[in-house]
Amino acid sequence: MNQEQKFLPRHDLDRLLQQLKEESYNCLGPVVRDGAIQYLPITDSSDLPAGVELDQVPAAYQLEFTDGDRLFNWSNGPQALKPLLFRPRENIWQVQRDSSGNLAFSQADESVEPTAVIGVRACDLAALELQDRHFLVPGAEDPHYKKRRDSLLLIGVDCSQPSDTCFCVSTGDGPDLRSGFDLAMTELEDGFVLRAGTKRGQKILDALNLSAATETQLQQVAIQSEQATARQRRLLPDAGVQKLLLQRPEHPHWQNVAERCTACGSCTSVCPTCFCFSEHSETNLDASVSQQVREWSSCFIPNHSNSHGHPVRADIASRYRQWLTHKLAGWQEQFGRSGCVGCGRCISWCPVGIDITQEVNKLVEDTG
Amino acid sequence: MSEQARPKVAVHKFSSCDGCQLALLNMGDDLLALSQLVDIVHFAEAGPVDEEQEVDIALVEGSISTPEDIERINGIRQRSKYLISIGACATSGGLQALRNMADTDNWVRSVYPRPDYLSVLDQSSPIADLVQVDLELWGCPVNSGQVIAALRDLLSGVTPRVDVQPVCMECKRQGVVCVMVSRNEPCMGQITRAGCGALCPSHGRGCYACYGPAEQVNSRAVSEHFIEIEVPVEEIRVKFGSINSNAPAFKRARDS
Repeated sequence: MNQEQKFLPRHDLDRLLQQLKEESYNCLGPVVRDGAIQYLPITDSSDLPAGVELDQVPAAYQLEFTDGDRLFNWSNGPQALKPLLFRPRENIWQVQRDSSGNLAFSQADESVEPTAVIGVRACDLAALELQDRHFLVPGAEDPHYKKRRDSLLLIGVDCSQPSDTCFCVSTGDGPDLRSGFDLAMTELEDGFVLRAGTKRGQKILDALNLSAATETQLQQVAIQSEQATARQRRLLPDAGVQKLLLQRPEHPHWQNVAERCTACGSCTSVCPTCFCFSEHSETNLDASVSQQVREWSSCFIPNHSNSHGHPVRADIASRYRQWLTHKLAGWQEQFGRSGCVGCGRCISWCPVGIDITQEVNKLVEDTG
Repeated sequence: MSEQARPKVAVHKFSSCDGCQLALLNMGDDLLALSQLVDIVHFAEAGPVDEEQEVDIALVEGSISTPEDIERINGIRQRSKYLISIGACATSGGLQALRNMADTDNWVRSVYPRPDYLSVLDQSSPIADLVQVDLELWGCPVNSGQVIAALRDLLSGVTPRVDVQPVCMECKRQGVVCVMVSRNEPCMGQITRAGCGALCPSHGRGCYACYGPAEQVNSRAVSEHFIEIEVPVEEIRVKFGSINSNAPAFKRARDS
C-alpha cells in the first residue's frame, strides 16, 4: 500500500462524501441524537457534530456544545460498530405452514447495500477484528454477519480527545488507528491528513486528487497523537496479570462488586466485543408462521446460564466473575488476546458507575 | 392441549382497572384468530358471561381484596386446568396494595359516607397468595403480545417463555440512549422486568417499574446511586412503592 499521506482541507470534506456517493455507498457518520454520538445516516458534512465535545466519567455521558470547527473532537458514542453487524435483534430464519400442513423453511434474506462508516475509532476497529474472528470462523461463517461485513467500507479517524474513561493505550489498541480501516483520517485545525489502508481506500484517495501533507502537518499529527496518549490515566494490567483472575474464583472482591452491581447487562450490551446471543421462536397465533429470532444476550441475565431450567450462575457475584474472567482471561486462550479494547463504554454506561479497571486491579493485587 | 378440541378460555376480573382485559380486546385481528382457536366462554368485558364453566385456560386480572374474592378465586382455580394471572394487580396486588401500608379502616371511614356497606380485606393480595398460579404475566397493563405468545405456546403444548431480564437489555437492543447516564433521569430499568419494549426510556423518561421486579433486584445499589444523583429519599421510596409496591423485592427495598 502506498503510505503517502494527503491533505484534505476542511472546506473540501464534502468532496470525500460526494466521492463515496458516486461509488454508491450509503454514508453513516457520527450524529448527535438523544444526547449522544451515534453512527447514523448522513447526507453531507453539516450533519457531523461540529464543535461537540464530550465528558465521560463513570455512569455519566455529557455532550458539550462549543463554537469550534472540529467534527471529531470527542471519543466515542454508546455503541461501536457492533449493532451494524451483529444486530441486537433479527430474524434468522422462518418456517411457514401452507394450507395442506406442509412446512417450508427459509433463511431470512435481508437486502444489504454498500455502506461507508465515517469517524470509526481505533478501539472500534480492534473490537471489530475480534467480532470478525468470532462470527467469521472459516467454514462456519455467520451468513447474516458476513453479508453486512462485506458491504462495509471503514473510514477511521485518529482519536484526539480520549475521555476520562478511555484506556486504549493500556490495551494497545489506540488512540491512533492501527489496522482494519480502508481510509484513515487525522483531524487538524484546518483539515484532515488522509492515508489509505486498503486498495479500496487508496482508490478513493486517488480520486480526490489531493496534494501531499506537509512536514508541518505531519508534525501536528504526531503531537496530537502524543497528547491523546498522555491524556489517558486508566490502566488495565497486562495480559499475563489478567490471567490471574482464573486462579482467584473465591476472591472476596467478587462479592464486593456484586454489592454494587445491579446485573442489568448494560456493560455487555455496550461492550463492542461481547458476542453472546440467545434464540427463540415467535409464532403467530394461528401457527402458520414462526420466526426464529436471535437477540443480544448477556451473562448477567438468568437464562444465560440456564441448565435443566435453572441458572448455574444464580447470583450477581458469579455473573460478574464470569464476565470478567471470560473477557480478560478466557479470551486469551480463545482469541490470543484479551477481549477488552479499552473503549471505556462499560464504565460510562454502567448505570451505577462500576469501573472495570479498578475492579481488575483490586482482583489481581498481591501478584507476588 | 390439542387444537381440534377447541380449548375453553375464561377471562376473570377481580380488583383492577380493566386495563389488562383491554390488552386482550386490543389484539385486533388476533382476537378474531383467537376466537377461531378457542371457545371464549367467559369474558364479561367482551360479552360472554358464564363464570361457572370449567375451562382449560383461565386468565385472571385483578387482586384479591374482599372476602367474596377469596371464595371466587378458589372456585375459579378448581374449575381451571391452567391459570394465568395477568397484570400488576393479579401478580403483585397492584396499585391498590398501597393500602397494605396503611390502616384500611381509617381509609374507608375517611372516604365513604357509609363504610358499613363495604366489606374489604385488610390487604390487597396477588392471586398467587391465595391459589396456585401456573403462569404470571406481569405488567401494568400487560401487552397483547405477551398474552398472545403465552396462549400460542399453550395451544402448541409447550411451556410459555417467561422473560425476566431487565429493561436495560431492551433499551440497549433498541438503541435507546440510557436516560440515567446521559440525562441523570432516575430510572428503575435496571431492576425491572422487561416486556414493555422500554416504553418510557425510549421517550426520554426513566422507567416506572410497571412490569415488576426483575430476577435480580439489588435495590441498595440502585438507591445509593439515586442518592448520588441527588434524587430525594422520599422520591426513591415512591419509586419502589407505586404500582408494584407489594412485590416482595420492592417491599423489602422500601422497608429498608
